[in-house]
Amino acid sequence: MDRFTVFAPRLVEKAEYFTSGHRACQGCAEALAVRLVMKALGRNTIVAMATGCMEIISSPLPTTAWNVPWIHVAFENASAVISGCEAGMKVLMRKGKVPEKKINFVAMGGDGATADIGMGQLSGALERGHDMIYVCFDNEAYMNTGIQRSSSTPYGASTTTSPAGKVSIGQRTQKKNLPQIAVAHNIPYVATACPSFPFDLMEKVKKAANIKGPAYVHILSVCPTGWRIPTSDSIRYGRLAVDTGVFPLYEVVDGKYRMTYEPQKLRPVGDYLKGQGRFRHLKDKDIEEIQRRVNQEYEKIISKCGGM
Amino acid sequence: MGVRKGIEVSLAISEAVAQCNVDLIAAYPITPQTHIVEHLSEIVANGELDAEFVPVESEHSAMSVCCGSAAVGARTFTSTSSQGLALMSEIFIIASAMRLPVVMALANRSLSSPLSIWNDHTDTMLVRDAGWIQVFIENGQEAYDHMPWAFRVAEDPDVLLPVAVNIDGFILTHMIEPVEYIEDSVIKKYLPEFKYPIALHPDNPLSMGCFAMPELYTEAQKARDNAVVNSYSTIVKAWKEWEQLTGRSYHPIETYRADDADYCIVTMGSYGETAMEVVDMLREEGEKVGAVKIRLWRPFPFDDFYKAVLGKNHLVVIDRAISFGGPGGPVASELRSALYSKQGAPKVINYVAGLAGRDVSRHDFKNILLDAKEKVQRGEMEGYTLYGLRG
Repeated sequence: MDRFTVFAPRLVEKAEYFTSGHRACQGCAEALAVRLVMKALGRNTIVAMATGCMEIISSPLPTTAWNVPWIHVAFENASAVISGCEAGMKVLMRKGKVPEKKINFVAMGGDGATADIGMGQLSGALERGHDMIYVCFDNEAYMNTGIQRSSSTPYGASTTTSPAGKVSIGQRTQKKNLPQIAVAHNIPYVATACPSFPFDLMEKVKKAANIKGPAYVHILSVCPTGWRIPTSDSIRYGRLAVDTGVFPLYEVVDGKYRMTYEPQKLRPVGDYLKGQGRFRHLKDKDIEEIQRRVNQEYEKIISKCGGM
Repeated sequence: MGVRKGIEVSLAISEAVAQCNVDLIAAYPITPQTHIVEHLSEIVANGELDAEFVPVESEHSAMSVCCGSAAVGARTFTSTSSQGLALMSEIFIIASAMRLPVVMALANRSLSSPLSIWNDHTDTMLVRDAGWIQVFIENGQEAYDHMPWAFRVAEDPDVLLPVAVNIDGFILTHMIEPVEYIEDSVIKKYLPEFKYPIALHPDNPLSMGCFAMPELYTEAQKARDNAVVNSYSTIVKAWKEWEQLTGRSYHPIETYRADDADYCIVTMGSYGETAMEVVDMLREEGEKVGAVKIRLWRPFPFDDFYKAVLGKNHLVVIDRAISFGGPGGPVASELRSALYSKQGAPKVINYVAGLAGRDVSRHDFKNILLDAKEKVQRGEMEGYTLYGLRG
């Protein structure tokens, strides 16, 4: 990796398919992630997007930030809509009604659209084996509606519907493990990524596009507004999530796990939690409990990767 | 002309859809729609139709897949009933807003609860205001004929709206009826290849399904209403062309022995056939009765309706759904509203009958007419009567 950092930026697609001028908040790492995903995919792409931040900020009539064909139908159904685009285009090409061409069919949704309201539809699309990529942009709560908890919100985070209080730690449940749910569908490609590691992210999206069949990419997308951090720190917190082992970067190709970035030594989770307003109320013993849980989950992934 | 077959109406519908060379079918099983999609998947599995059959995990996904498919320009079909329609209603509404010309065979069935699989119109009334073109048909031949017609209308560049063909569940879907098939070559001539002018493709990037501020939402809805209203001329034209090819004619509002009728029975769907028999029966008895059948429900054909009923004295409207706490059945409410400002408007007497498949025979129609006459004499014509209520 070190050898390539000097050259890699030069290899990145210069064209923008998710263009500037959209209305995302300052420091939005999700918008950055969408931009990187689109750079990796290129122009021969059709995007179906779930309702959410990215949809609202990118498509206010009569403007659009999209330089590729883009469709939004509803909140929970991006995976079903892209299923229809893929199957419809496949038959049109087979019947000679549309010229043959390799097109990337990509569904995009936030963690609410993916882990909660659209879970069944995602499972259906993955099970049916469409040649598609589902990208989940996980900012760990319903940010678009005002920071309500989702099943992807981490334990202990204070949100507007899991507020920390005298008798509440905030979110009481553990984060739903979406990449593992995707892996359980026996699809050819699953990966986790974070825009703080842009080349790793783009590499994974390119792999997902080149593999035949369904692929799932789960991207941790830091949200300064919802996480209550300075807008200048989005990239730093993405790095901390990975360096503390809270969000390991790995890929699963045909069931085989591989860590794509392994810190030499994990930093303590406190480094990640303490600067974030959503975890401000946590006590040392809470952080200890979270550390125990992070270690346990990280070990699981390491052992799946063959105990690197 | 093609051959005449004795066939279950569901199968005739599937075969008509296959003759339309549909590209994609997405459906989830629900009684009484099942035979339609089972037979279509069989036709695809046997290689008789080159199409994608997408066996989705819910009706919500069925309509979502249909939206994606129509958006890339594929000829798209689905079918559902009752709870399935209720589940997909969110996307059903969006399909028309996004001008995605999906065709649906809607096998009408009651809504739960109590759970019931049998026929009435409570499901379709749920989506009355969804912006789809909606027709009701009376028999197997009409069901067959209205598949090519529905694609022809939906995909017309002047229309580009989804079309639902309402078919009474069981009463029609599961009946074996004589159906005259039209040759493929005739259907091909009638139904041009679907060319969606705003299809999603990387060579022509466009954004579909955007978000609007209040400054634009009203205008978007007005454009949508215009599209539905203006589809009328294409609808009628497509029926006329079908008549030229097959000899069978269809009209937005149809009447039967209504010219000098004192009382007209107004129905939608398969009850129209029973109504005609009752009219014949009562005419023999010397009663001046006729029938008015509403074929086109959306866009509502106001002028055809006025032409059919103005000057008549009484309309006995049979509804197949209840509007709880409302002014009457949904059909009667609309007709009363349409007639309110008209000079010489007939009186509307409303009955809700045949909920969840409860049989309504010629005998029952006769009872309804007798009851209506008594109501008129007593001057009690408001609201509605739930016919056949026991206890």
